[in-house]
Amino acid sequence: MHPAIQGLLTIAFGVGGCVGYFYFSNLVLDRVIFPARGAHIARNIRRANMIRPWLFLLPALLALGLYLAYPVVETLRLSVTERVPGGGSEFVGLANYQQMLAEAKFWEALQNNFLWLLVVPAASTAFGLLAAQLTDRLAWGNIAKSLIFMPMAISFVGAAVIWKLVYDARPEGTDQIGVLNAIYIYFGGDAPMQWLTIPFWNNFFLMMVLIWIQTGFAMVILSAALRGIPEETVEAAIVDGAGPFQIFFKIKVPQIMDTIVVVWTTITIVVLKVFDIVFAMTNGQWETQVLANYMYDKLFRANDWGVGSASAMIIMLLVLPILVWNVYNARREMR
Amino acid sequence: MTVIAGEKPALIWALRLSVVLLVGLWLFPTLGLLVSSFRTADQIATSGWWRAMFPSEQNLTLRTDPPSEQVQDGDLYVIEGRLFADGTESEISAWGTSAREPAAYLPGETAELRRGGTLTVAEDGAYRLESVDEISGKRGPRVFVTATVPPEFTLENYETVLISGNATDNMAKAFFNTLTVTIPATIIPILVAAFAAYALAWMEFPGRALLVAAIVGLLVVPLQLALIPLLKFHNEIGIGKGYIGVWMAHTGFGLPLAIYLLRNYMVGIPRDIIENARVDGATDFMIFVRIILPLSFPALASFAIFQFLWTWNDLLVAMVFLIDATGETTVMTKQIVELLGTRGGNWEILATSAFVSIAVPLAVFFAMQKYLVRGLLAGSVK
Repeated sequence: MHPAIQGLLTIAFGVGGCVGYFYFSNLVLDRVIFPARGAHIARNIRRANMIRPWLFLLPALLALGLYLAYPVVETLRLSVTERVPGGGSEFVGLANYQQMLAEAKFWEALQNNFLWLLVVPAASTAFGLLAAQLTDRLAWGNIAKSLIFMPMAISFVGAAVIWKLVYDARPEGTDQIGVLNAIYIYFGGDAPMQWLTIPFWNNFFLMMVLIWIQTGFAMVILSAALRGIPEETVEAAIVDGAGPFQIFFKIKVPQIMDTIVVVWTTITIVVLKVFDIVFAMTNGQWETQVLANYMYDKLFRANDWGVGSASAMIIMLLVLPILVWNVYNARREMR
Repeated sequence: MTVIAGEKPALIWALRLSVVLLVGLWLFPTLGLLVSSFRTADQIATSGWWRAMFPSEQNLTLRTDPPSEQVQDGDLYVIEGRLFADGTESEISAWGTSAREPAAYLPGETAELRRGGTLTVAEDGAYRLESVDEISGKRGPRVFVTATVPPEFTLENYETVLISGNATDNMAKAFFNTLTVTIPATIIPILVAAFAAYALAWMEFPGRALLVAAIVGLLVVPLQLALIPLLKFHNEIGIGKGYIGVWMAHTGFGLPLAIYLLRNYMVGIPRDIIENARVDGATDFMIFVRIILPLSFPALASFAIFQFLWTWNDLLVAMVFLIDATGETTVMTKQIVELLGTRGGNWEILATSAFVSIAVPLAVFFAMQKYLVRGLLAGSVK
């Protein structure tokens, strides 16, 4: 069957199935199981209303349970087992973790990930805040914003190609087609540099790609927050003789601190999962490995599910504080 | 913009300038890709794309017409013509007849050819080759020119990538595969999530707060954890790698955000509307279909855009759940990564393929930006 037809059928089945499920399950509940008639009408209606939310939730809960909750448990289990040749698996305790901790590549990935965590959220938020403040109250600010926001729509892979062109190097003496080398030579650099192969610094060239993508996100959210600042506070500061920089750092930034934290943590999560950029640009060579790519290497190239799962658990462990913090905040808001 | 107390005109100009600079900086890399995709391989390899907009000085090796074109003019054998194709407005500043001295003559000067005869080349590329003897050989003599060539763009790369290219270059199949992945993966989670979001927003039941908290938690669970367990699961139930698997995976991974966004939006719908409908005897199912769904359109649109962008741009999920060893179901992101590996130097193919793959999300982005921004604000500021 042609995939396009299969796709259309899936849409029809999926949508039809969903609507049908919700419609008929409600019908059965109201007409057959707890009919709103007869001797127990009040009790029946009450019972039907107790069950109905779960009818509405059931498909979503099943999907969430199977695709997100169960894998967390299963990955934990896989990380303490080893596959036995011929099928099945055996419990090996923390051996996978020990093996992973003994690998230099893992430490390199962890170290790079921390570097990413330090630089990318900070730089994206800073650039985003700068862009938001500069475009605020500018007549053509919205056009400027939408152009800075645009990389959000570009895939990590597309961005990788875009930036590979920026970092491209041609042999010495010929015209440089990568803009970075062209500038470098123009300002008196002697030989074109292979930017992505210079250990340590190449991490920053990769990070630049993510910063470029995430700045727009930070800008959009922070710009809305800046708009939300009560005018009076700014006016009062002007009356008191505050300069523009004082207004920005002492009046505006403190008032949007909550939003800055939200933006920061959201980008942090993105950074922890970053995979495509490294995979497409260097594939972890020249000391640019990160955890997500290390994990992919282990799972699908080395075919080592144990160590792969162990490194996935490390990513989960790093996400955990943010998860707890988010849940805590959500619960506080619900009250 | 009016001058506001506390802001000096000089500062305002500095501000405008820095915005222009920032936007330029952010646009520059993408522009490079776009411009490169309209240039030939030679152009890309010999000069930076930022020069493509202006005439550039190039060293070219050209040939006169072959001797079969020669005509007899009196007692001379003559070949006349232009070195450049008709319509190009290149200007020659120097030329020569040997590779060792490619700039030996100025336009208008006459050179003695080694094979006998003389050659005159004018500034616009018109030449006249004269010889007393009949000119022999298959091809015309080479002419080395230093010329100022006007900007020149071509659609050839797009033709290669979309229509005529071979298996590795042609993106048409991958384009349709991506589309096949994306559309069901965008539509299906919306419905499932909408019902759940309604229950979480407007129905009273024990454990509701706990479920909302759980969904907030699942929002940040890295999908890396799900790869192996789900691949195992898909193999066990017999769907293996394929479209069904990737649709299910995207649906599962998209649900937390969908439920979260939609619930946040639905909570804001005025209570009166819903209670009035209840009093009038509407069931929850009717309220949901007739009132909540139409009113939630902005939130549904926001999520649809997110999910579309995310599934279209995804690489990891497609590699794990969709693309098998035959490569028949490859998606664009995967094909581009492969191009990066095998044809890292062929910028004309790379740039064009990448641009084909980002054109659709960019169109969606510019058309629906309003909903995207709204969704972002609802999704993260709360």
